[in-house]
Amino acid sequence: MTAPIETTGAAAEAQPEAVLEGVPSKRIEGRSLGQIAWLRFKRDKVAVAGAIVVILLVLIAALSRPLQSLLGLDPNEPNQSLIDPNTTLPLGDFGGMSADHPLGVDPKFGRDLLARVLEGSWVSLIVAFGATLLSVAIGTVLGVVAGYYRGRVDAVISRMMDVFLAFPLLLFAIAISASLQGGAFGLEGLPLHLSVLIFVIGFFNWPYMGRIVRAQTLSLREREFVDAARGMGARGPFILFRELLPNLVGPIVVYSTLLIPSNILFEAALSFLGVGIQPPQASWGGMLNQAVKYYEVDPQYMLVPGLAIFVTVLAFNLLGDGLRDALDPRSR
Amino acid sequence: MTETTDEQNTKTAPAESRAAADGPLLKVRGLVRHFPITKGLLKRQVGAVQAVDGIDFEVYPGETLGVVGESGCGKSTMGRLITRLDEPTGGTIEFDGRDITHLSTGGMRPMRRDVQMIFQDPYGSLNPRHTIGGIVGTPFRLQGVEPEGGVKKEVQRLLELVGLSPEHYNRYPHEFSGGQRQRIGIARALALKPKLVVADEPVSALDVSIQAQVVNLMDDLQEELGLTYVIIAHDLSVIRHVSDRIAVMYLGKIVELADRDSLYKAPMHPYTKALLSAVPVPDPKRRTERDRILLKGDVPSPINPPSGCRFRTRCWKATEVCTTTEPPLVALRTGHQVACHHPENAPDQAPEDAPK
Repeated sequence: MTAPIETTGAAAEAQPEAVLEGVPSKRIEGRSLGQIAWLRFKRDKVAVAGAIVVILLVLIAALSRPLQSLLGLDPNEPNQSLIDPNTTLPLGDFGGMSADHPLGVDPKFGRDLLARVLEGSWVSLIVAFGATLLSVAIGTVLGVVAGYYRGRVDAVISRMMDVFLAFPLLLFAIAISASLQGGAFGLEGLPLHLSVLIFVIGFFNWPYMGRIVRAQTLSLREREFVDAARGMGARGPFILFRELLPNLVGPIVVYSTLLIPSNILFEAALSFLGVGIQPPQASWGGMLNQAVKYYEVDPQYMLVPGLAIFVTVLAFNLLGDGLRDALDPRSR
Repeated sequence: MTETTDEQNTKTAPAESRAAADGPLLKVRGLVRHFPITKGLLKRQVGAVQAVDGIDFEVYPGETLGVVGESGCGKSTMGRLITRLDEPTGGTIEFDGRDITHLSTGGMRPMRRDVQMIFQDPYGSLNPRHTIGGIVGTPFRLQGVEPEGGVKKEVQRLLELVGLSPEHYNRYPHEFSGGQRQRIGIARALALKPKLVVADEPVSALDVSIQAQVVNLMDDLQEELGLTYVIIAHDLSVIRHVSDRIAVMYLGKIVELADRDSLYKAPMHPYTKALLSAVPVPDPKRRTERDRILLKGDVPSPINPPSGCRFRTRCWKATEVCTTTEPPLVALRTGHQVACHHPENAPDQAPEDAPK
């Protein structure tokens, strides 16, 4: 301060009125941070392309059963007439591609590959979304609680995260899936397999989410608006869910979109290993599992589910990267 | 308030008469806050940062108490203690005759209506995800108060009161400048018509021209609403402009507490004198006339403060008695308390060991 404040007093007095006069008569539209992020996101062409593919995939997965009947295809209908009985390979070029079966048929049974990929799409996405939702829910709540309350609460939750991260997840997944094959919790068949996959993948992935949320909360809780809320008499839950959580939406959304592709891959891996979705139900990982035996003579069979996984994972990753750039708090 | 100097001269008088009529609004006795330093696995306490180490003061209704001091002298901690954002280690805080020293969050909630805080960083004190309407309306929601005409109308009235447009209701904090944000913070603090407002460095994050606006706004609001302020700042000209009484803090202690004019005209503590001599003089002709006191060395660590008088390591008048005996905060003149063995502008308190 180079001059005493008194000298500027008169000039400063005029300012509030000027502020009022300067207000245009039309309604002032506030732009939220979400709207700004959307404007920034729209400029990122790669991310928008990823988003469009993701939306298409979700639509296809949601409408996969109607689409199958529209095309007159059944994923589990065998066509022995299309199979060479000596080699069990599909007759014709490119895995038996034809007008009736645009992506060909699978060896041994002659089932339509397009129908099977469509059928596998909803399995993959429902497992990936369900597992991500579970991880995000557990990770967010425990992360924000650990970060805000610190001390002993944080110590307990953080050690829990360490235990979960040190868990041999793949072995556990194989063990639990194998032991529940017969039926459990009143479920059996496909619903059981789906629930087990969602539970195993989601329940063991939450510490990654939890750590990110905890770290963000640790820095957010020192901001003065948290003190301001406490100074007005806010309780813990109000601060956690009304003051802190809205500021965590960015990292949570970004990390979720990046968690989905890794969960798709994990589901495929488990099905590939034979402990996920059980045949004859089509799933991308299960199709790959069977295709391994034929890849030298019928590469088409491996290409179809492989490409489906590749495109899905790539689209989600591009979307996630774009969202991260758009929601990055540092460029605010 | 075009004639600011006249205003200032008349301002102390009503504050004093009001003070005489009622008891203090806020009474602090022996307030202590030590932050423990722990070491090792077992969290053994090996020491403490003595951020606030035994301070006493009162704040009377309608007055403004300014608190000055260097960075790290504990003035912000003091502010957080009297608003009970932090738990005191010792001492008592009485607000409006009620002991609030160790009230729980729940017990404190009704008091929150009467004690509000204005924060230093206008960029950090407003939640970026909430609209201005939401932010200023939060106190009503949290305290379950339904103002006349509804929350929205009251929030818009408050926005107008602090010189913002009611149209800003649906906007977000990032769309405002620092000065405007600070006005929003003030509107929020005033929402529940508090008795006491604690402002922690309310203008130090703002431009100099904006500082004047915000300080004058706070002044006007005090007149209008009969507020009591505790304003914490390190800027002596701001403090001089707003305060009725001033407390000077050094290393967790109040070393001098006096009326503004008395303090600026005749500072008693050597530290206050050094502080005042550091205020830049805008007139180059007068600049050579004054003698500037340059303090040597750094502020000692609050983990291991000096024995006796805490200022003695940097004081040019320090003698034997300063090392051995801690000077008590005593009134050497009416309304002028100082903690020093060898004060300026007052008779020496330890004549047998006076500096040469």
